[in-house]
Amino acid sequence: MKIHRILILAAGGLLLWQLVVAATGAPAYILPGPLPVARAIVGHWPELWHHLQTTLAEIVSGLVIGTLLGTICAVVMILSPLLKRWLLPVLVVSQAIPVFALAPVLVLWLGYGMASKVAMAVLIIFFPVASSFYHGMRRTDGELLELGRIMGASKTSLFYYIIIPSALPAFGSGLRVATAVAPIGAVVGEWVGSSSGLGFYMLHANARMQIDRMFAALTVLALVSLLLYFIIDTLVAKTLYWENPKDLTHEKIL
Amino acid sequence: MNRPPAIHFENLCVDFEGTRLFDHLSFAVSAGKCTCILGPSGCGKSTLLRLLSGNPDIPFTGSISFSPQHYRIGWMSQSDLLLPWMCLHDNVMLGARLRGQVDEKRRRKATLLLERAGLSAYEKALPATLSGGMRQRGALLRTLMEECELLLMDEPFSALDALTRLKLQDLATEMTHGRTVLLVTHDPMEALRMGDEILVFTGVPAQIKRISDLPGDIPRRPASAEMAPYYQDLLSTLMNGP
Repeated sequence: MKIHRILILAAGGLLLWQLVVAATGAPAYILPGPLPVARAIVGHWPELWHHLQTTLAEIVSGLVIGTLLGTICAVVMILSPLLKRWLLPVLVVSQAIPVFALAPVLVLWLGYGMASKVAMAVLIIFFPVASSFYHGMRRTDGELLELGRIMGASKTSLFYYIIIPSALPAFGSGLRVATAVAPIGAVVGEWVGSSSGLGFYMLHANARMQIDRMFAALTVLALVSLLLYFIIDTLVAKTLYWENPKDLTHEKIL
Repeated sequence: MNRPPAIHFENLCVDFEGTRLFDHLSFAVSAGKCTCILGPSGCGKSTLLRLLSGNPDIPFTGSISFSPQHYRIGWMSQSDLLLPWMCLHDNVMLGARLRGQVDEKRRRKATLLLERAGLSAYEKALPATLSGGMRQRGALLRTLMEECELLLMDEPFSALDALTRLKLQDLATEMTHGRTVLLVTHDPMEALRMGDEILVFTGVPAQIKRISDLPGDIPRRPASAEMAPYYQDLLSTLMNGP
């Protein structure tokens, strides 16, 4: 059913795209139709693949590092109320400054290579992960903690057996959001300064009026982002098996 | 031979959330028996249990003394508090797991308890797949797994339907036999069915009436003619005070 829905939506989107092109009569250098874009994807695939590898590496690296840092920050804030008082304002301020405004600074500091793009992705991913995991842990049922205390649990085992699993659904939501926004950081970084990646390829094609290639890069980026989201969504759903128990048995995670 | 009381309260005063719940209250809880604490909402029944559980958020004056074998307690509340990510068997063993004491002997004990409660077919099931009655049975077994003499039960059956409640009351009575149980309830029928003795709390600050001459063994049939005067007495005390 899920596959059917995706195929119908994709077909509907392509049809709408073609209808807009036909209805507006827009020239191909403004809005190419789906067919020229598909031809550009096939015809320039080796080039697109080369740039896609760069962008994908930036997105995945950003996702891994951002998730790790966000998780560590959330855990530190829960374990130490003193550090929380100092970290929470930093967390909020980190989101108050638009990442787009930081892009030129990051490129200046970290260079035209992959590091500045990964840093951009990390900055975007860090907040949803840290915020959702922290609030998930804070919302742990007080009665469960009380039960654990009565049963003689140490702080470590309360944390491991009760607090962290209680917060995993919220963490999963944060990770889904982070995955959806991760490509933004990488592509914006590539726009500001790079020599490789789909963002760079789009700018390059745009400057040469190769709009079909630009749309080809955009389409590939959208498809890869969707694929990444579905992979993470599936992993999260499998990890949180108790959220949707389909049968009476399960594999233990603890 | 009479055993010494399990818990002795002397001049207990508790102010909680701006209300004086207990004012120089003194009473004892018998060892090895099921004592039901009956009273209307807000009279301090649950607060008393939380106080006994060692909750540091309830300040009190006076003294609470436990007999030596009653220091370790088991706890059961209205919600089952089963961890949704653990199967029923793991939930029953939660206490041992939290203390890092999981071993084969305890695994076997949990399996045996699940068998006794008719839940062995569901030991690998997640709580979300079980009925309310099964979950509460699981919570009862988790409490019984704790090797403790004193069991504190805070309205553990109040969220269940009538038939499931009766079955669980019988199971709890059978499985807690010989242990000291303090059962908080607002249901006179439940108190008559399960209590070796009943402490009726009324008013704020609470006053106590002790009813300890109940006939027959538990679980009783509270709707029988023999129990009717006791039921009337409980209702009258609840409505008019001791």
